[in-house]
Amino acid sequence: MSLKLGVPSKGRLMEDTFAWFGARGITLERTGSDREYAGAVSGAQGVELILMSAGEIPRELAAGRIDLGVTGTDLVREKIALWPEQIETLVELGFGFADLIIAVPRFWADVSTLDDLDAVAASFRAKHGFRLRIATKYHRLVREHLKEAGVADYQLVDSQGATEGTIKNGTAEAVADITSTGATLEANHLKVLGGDPVLKSQATLFASKTSELSGDDRTALVGLKAKLGL
Amino acid sequence: MPAKSDIKAEAARLFSAFQLAGAMPVETDLLQPSDLLLDLYGEDIRARAYVTSDAIRGEQMLRPDFTVPIVQSHMKDGAEPARYTYMGDVFRKQDAGTGRASEYMQVGYEVFDRADPAAADAEVFALFADVLKDAPLQASVGDIGILIAAVQGLTTSDRRRAALMRHIWRPKRFRALLDRFAGRADMPPGRVELIGALEGLDVDQIVQGAGPEIGLRSAPEVSARLNALREDMQVGPIPAEELDAVSALLALSTSAERAAGELADIATRFGAIKSAAQGFAQRLNALKARGVDVGAVAYEGSYGRTSMEYYDGFVFGFAVNGSAPVASGGRYDALTRVLGQGREIPAVGGVIRPELLLEVRS
Repeated sequence: MSLKLGVPSKGRLMEDTFAWFGARGITLERTGSDREYAGAVSGAQGVELILMSAGEIPRELAAGRIDLGVTGTDLVREKIALWPEQIETLVELGFGFADLIIAVPRFWADVSTLDDLDAVAASFRAKHGFRLRIATKYHRLVREHLKEAGVADYQLVDSQGATEGTIKNGTAEAVADITSTGATLEANHLKVLGGDPVLKSQATLFASKTSELSGDDRTALVGLKAKLGL
Repeated sequence: MPAKSDIKAEAARLFSAFQLAGAMPVETDLLQPSDLLLDLYGEDIRARAYVTSDAIRGEQMLRPDFTVPIVQSHMKDGAEPARYTYMGDVFRKQDAGTGRASEYMQVGYEVFDRADPAAADAEVFALFADVLKDAPLQASVGDIGILIAAVQGLTTSDRRRAALMRHIWRPKRFRALLDRFAGRADMPPGRVELIGALEGLDVDQIVQGAGPEIGLRSAPEVSARLNALREDMQVGPIPAEELDAVSALLALSTSAERAAGELADIATRFGAIKSAAQGFAQRLNALKARGVDVGAVAYEGSYGRTSMEYYDGFVFGFAVNGSAPVASGGRYDALTRVLGQGREIPAVGGVIRPELLLEVRS
């Protein structure tokens, strides 16, 4: 057995993760063909690279099927209700920055805070006969955030992609989504509500608290942490 | 955790006691259409109820309580007056770490009766006190009707009163709004600047210039709210004596027997609650008439203010201090109005959780 490290299997997040480990003397690489999700590790003993979807890494960590994993804070918090009991944050990696924000149409000149959104939700419901719809895929995080702020008379509608387009399409009045630059919001005539974002996220190296480590795995973990300066 | 068979036996005992008291046994479906529950409770219910999906019937929820389907069926074809009892499982997701059960039995008793609401409140409370008398429980009561009367009586704008009414079941948000409307807390960030920037300008043009109109909420709705915000800046603060009176109502914690006097005292400073306070005194008399020792019952000014409830009058609970109540209930006239589609009837009721009752007794 070896220590299983889960890393996003493609794109910018994979490249940045490889670079982060590379800068610390550990080479992660994909092996085989471009389409094969196999990987190799050099520079650290007893560590196995597993390439997988970033969205599945939180679940695999929580279940203890991988020992370490790189993914966004947002995904861990949304998907794993009791995450602090199952997953430990080892180090934030300093890339993959993204905020989970709530945005409304820019022409809503009367709305700049959650306080405004709550008031608008009340009058929207009175006028249109149903609750103001917020499109998102981050149901749990958004619901908790709005509950804490005392926002009522809204409903969440599920949107797994192209969320910024839902307002124009008439299927939502507001959106809650991850943004890094705000360019997509701008292009869709939306603005971000003021105040703290629902969540500030970045790529993070997590460790499972539930996986079972052999003696060799523990040795490998100590070696890896030393190399990473943890 | 008591054995399921013991819980069922205890439930059956309560169920028959409620029938002996004159209630008709009723059943409801386990699967409830989620649109109605969502409309009543909002997103909070999604965090609390188990949602199932069905390609034909759409989203369904595992019954999170009995009251809603029972009110619904009564409003559809119930005779008047009516007394109902029921027993069965309800399902609620629980917060992490509370260790609370997410599937548990409830036995309930509901009264739909126009004749004498104070007597009906006392009837339900006294019946519960009787079937729970061998358990070491503290009874507490409150009256959300008094709080509602206080809000309606505040010297402020209709819009501000409506905002407070809407958040009466969310204590933290209610307090924040109350303090703001009384001039004790700031306006939301940016509000003063926003209104300042409107000075001398045409609101419609500002909205037009802010961005293209997209989505269902229209530009006139945005303009209307900007105008409302401008008006709101001119509203004076809620007078200090009224704010103090509402704070005193919320903080009131005494015996039910003394509460009547304290409420009457607050009513001399804030007349708006006078009739609601007298209503509570009537309930107290009705309770005494049924032999309840009101000196041993606690009165809590904020009792029953949780977002999953619909109580708008007398509220009560029986609990071991600090634990989830073994029994709870209250008056919910407004719910019958919402579900009655134009009709309404005064209603009061409550539920007992037999497994908690067994735990307390053991």
